[in-house]
Amino acid sequence: MNNKTSPYAIELRDISKSFGAVQANKDICLQVPAGTIHGIIGENGAGKSTLMSIIYGFYEADTGDIEVGGELVNIRTSEDAIRFGIGMVHQHFMLVENFTVLENVILGAEGGAMLQGGLDAARTELKRLEQEYNLDVDVDAVVEELPVGLQQRVEILKALYRGAKILILDEPTGVLTPQEADHLFRILKSLKEQGVTVMIITHKLREIMALTDNVSVMRQGKMVAHRATAQTNKEELAELMVGKKVRLVVDKDEANPTNVALSAKNLSWFDEQGVKRLKDVSFELKAGEIVGIAGVSGNGQSELLNALSGITPLSEGEIHFNNEVITPKNSKNASQMRDLKMAHVPEDRHKMGLVTGFEAYEAAILGYHNSTAYNGKILLDRKAMLAECNERMEKWDVRPADPFLKTANFSGGNQQKIVIAREVEQNPDVLLIGQPTRGVDIGAIENIHEEIIKLRDAGKAILLVSVELDEIMALSDRILVMFDGAVVGEIDAKDADERTLGLMMANALNDDEKVGGQA
Amino acid sequence: MSQPKVPVWVNLALIPFINITLAFLVSALVILAIGENPIEAAGYLVYGAFGYEEGIGYTLYYATNLIFTGLAVSIAFKAGIFNIGGEGQAYIGGLGVGLVCLAVDQTMPFYIILPLAIIGGAVFGAAWAYIPAYLSARRGSHVVITTIMFNFIASSLMVYLLVNWLKQEGRMSPNSRTFEESAWLPYMHEMLAAIGINFEQSPLNASFLWALICCVLIWGLVWHTRWGYQLRTVGTSATAAVYAGIDNGKVTIWVMLISGALAGFVGLNEIMGVHHSLLLNFTAGFGFAGIAVSLMGRNHPVGIILAAILFGALYQGGSELAFEIPSITPEIVVVIQGLVILFSGALEHMCKDRVEAFFTRPSAA
Repeated sequence: MNNKTSPYAIELRDISKSFGAVQANKDICLQVPAGTIHGIIGENGAGKSTLMSIIYGFYEADTGDIEVGGELVNIRTSEDAIRFGIGMVHQHFMLVENFTVLENVILGAEGGAMLQGGLDAARTELKRLEQEYNLDVDVDAVVEELPVGLQQRVEILKALYRGAKILILDEPTGVLTPQEADHLFRILKSLKEQGVTVMIITHKLREIMALTDNVSVMRQGKMVAHRATAQTNKEELAELMVGKKVRLVVDKDEANPTNVALSAKNLSWFDEQGVKRLKDVSFELKAGEIVGIAGVSGNGQSELLNALSGITPLSEGEIHFNNEVITPKNSKNASQMRDLKMAHVPEDRHKMGLVTGFEAYEAAILGYHNSTAYNGKILLDRKAMLAECNERMEKWDVRPADPFLKTANFSGGNQQKIVIAREVEQNPDVLLIGQPTRGVDIGAIENIHEEIIKLRDAGKAILLVSVELDEIMALSDRILVMFDGAVVGEIDAKDADERTLGLMMANALNDDEKVGGQA
Repeated sequence: MSQPKVPVWVNLALIPFINITLAFLVSALVILAIGENPIEAAGYLVYGAFGYEEGIGYTLYYATNLIFTGLAVSIAFKAGIFNIGGEGQAYIGGLGVGLVCLAVDQTMPFYIILPLAIIGGAVFGAAWAYIPAYLSARRGSHVVITTIMFNFIASSLMVYLLVNWLKQEGRMSPNSRTFEESAWLPYMHEMLAAIGINFEQSPLNASFLWALICCVLIWGLVWHTRWGYQLRTVGTSATAAVYAGIDNGKVTIWVMLISGALAGFVGLNEIMGVHHSLLLNFTAGFGFAGIAVSLMGRNHPVGIILAAILFGALYQGGSELAFEIPSITPEIVVVIQGLVILFSGALEHMCKDRVEAFFTRPSAA
């Protein structure tokens, strides 16, 4: 395509982009050497995703130039980006779930009126790509039946099939297990060996250190530093990201568990197909402790949270909570559970925790909208809602502190703060909290962790579900491990390390014990 | 990442304006094609709708029906439900109004009949919407299918009732007897005359005021009550509603009841305000036109009033146009109305993205 040669696969010069009054990107300069893995880190809202969206043609920069392979290009749409050899793997996959891998890969590149020709050509090409890059996927498998890690591989294949020489990955490990993440890193490294340039957006420092050749740090819409990964360290990067010293460990005193706040006995839940997704789960949760639920995502943690919070009715078992016994016959919905003083920070804030079309002050009463605090005789008390929202935004440092901004327009960390503030400020007895810091930047993580510990020290019982082992280990006093819908182990947080937990999560310890069990 | 903000007036005023302009441009081509002068035609259309008092009266009379059905569609839409059964609900609502009038017009004074008739229209309209609502909420059948089916059932039911039960003895036409004057809504020209304002005779009647009151009530209900909060939550995110402990099914049923009641008020205007007897086909497609009104009015009461007046003007100005220029037949007028619905309803998003993009990247220009 180009006759000039450039050492850079992609070069950005003075890219600026603003949305109304918000300057999302300001004078961004970036040089990505060809054939390297380049990390972009920054807090949520630092402008990473905007920048990548500009490169991929979702947004057009207000000012600035983009050069691909030394040639000035004008990327207005994602078709342009693909034409210039840029491929993107989104944080949330863009796959048609009930299509096969092959059908997904050729989507948008079917190559003719009749499908069969395109499919055949794609099959051959995919074989070649799979061999060249070590990307093993069954091309005839239906996507929704694949584990998340493989779905991501399909996304990568899709980009490569379109001739991507520059691959952008947005928070690629957010949904992966540690093992899947390791595998992804091996794939990315082999891509690099084949001459592909990889740009990876993340806020996980460990991944940056393990994977990248160079790293660029963004903060508040600006590029604040470029480093060769070998010449920097986690602490320096973290500092650059937030602009202040941060601790990566959580400070907490010994827990002081008192009476049992909630006890679950043999909870089971069958899904619509009659599959038992939650299997006889029993545990006790004491006031003043944090119990962490570790497990590879999809092993019943979400179902447990839903059952406890009243979102789905129990199929079997009982929950003892605040003098109520909740059984399949005597079920309580989410609103009744709230009345019993149970708060729930859901795992998925976009689908559950917030109504993204609502303004912040409206979303800030979701679930508590019947409370007298927000209601006059007939009408909602807008003044009270706004006053409280303003107060919380200040207390929790939500940015921008604009109660009229649609929740969809806050960054992930700030959305999460809105949700957590709403649940915590109701002064619950039990707090269920799922993925408290998923997609949340370091500064906010620290903040959220501190609040959780504070809540524990105030005598609340907290059930924490997280796929981040670091988080589980740092916060929990006791850790339960879930596998295939059941609790397969319990361990004191003091005795837990990644290796033990990893083995428990894979249910490897039990396999050794059960001789003659299922293979 | 944060989405750019588009100025409010762009969405509320500019985009509908562009859509209508496009519709009229295409209409102009149609009129050119049949050899008439589009500017002259437009003149007649505007004059017919707004040029004299009787024309204005007719425009607002049509708009009254459209406000009711537009509100009906929009409140359901706010809860994520596509109620296209406004036609049938209006029809049955009219039956309710008519039955009340027939039952009590000889014994009761107007000020008792009026609230009874309002309740009658609301209850019958709501009842007709309840069955699809129940089926959707508790049995999972699709509300679009059931409501449209119920339009047909309503239509057949009305024929049956009027022909077999409500028709006057010894008459050929399937009409009920004419109500006593105590069951007539006062005409606008009568009310204006009472306060000393002269206004030409037209079918515009007191139900127009009730339509405006309904707009205020619905606005308050949807945006300023916790019930409206629940409704909007269900409409925007069903999963968030479950998380919040909102009973989606219950909200679905309630919003459909209100939607049906609103559609039923068409009966006030037609049966109690104008025809003063029960008859066939008085809904005349207003239930369906309400969908376009709701879409064009952005599901907001103010927008609905404006859109209803526009469509009312098209109905009224259209008849004037067909009268003044014989080669423009009533069918051509329907084509023009159809184009407006097409551009403002079906093709609503055609210009939207581009216009919004223009306003979100001012510095790129």
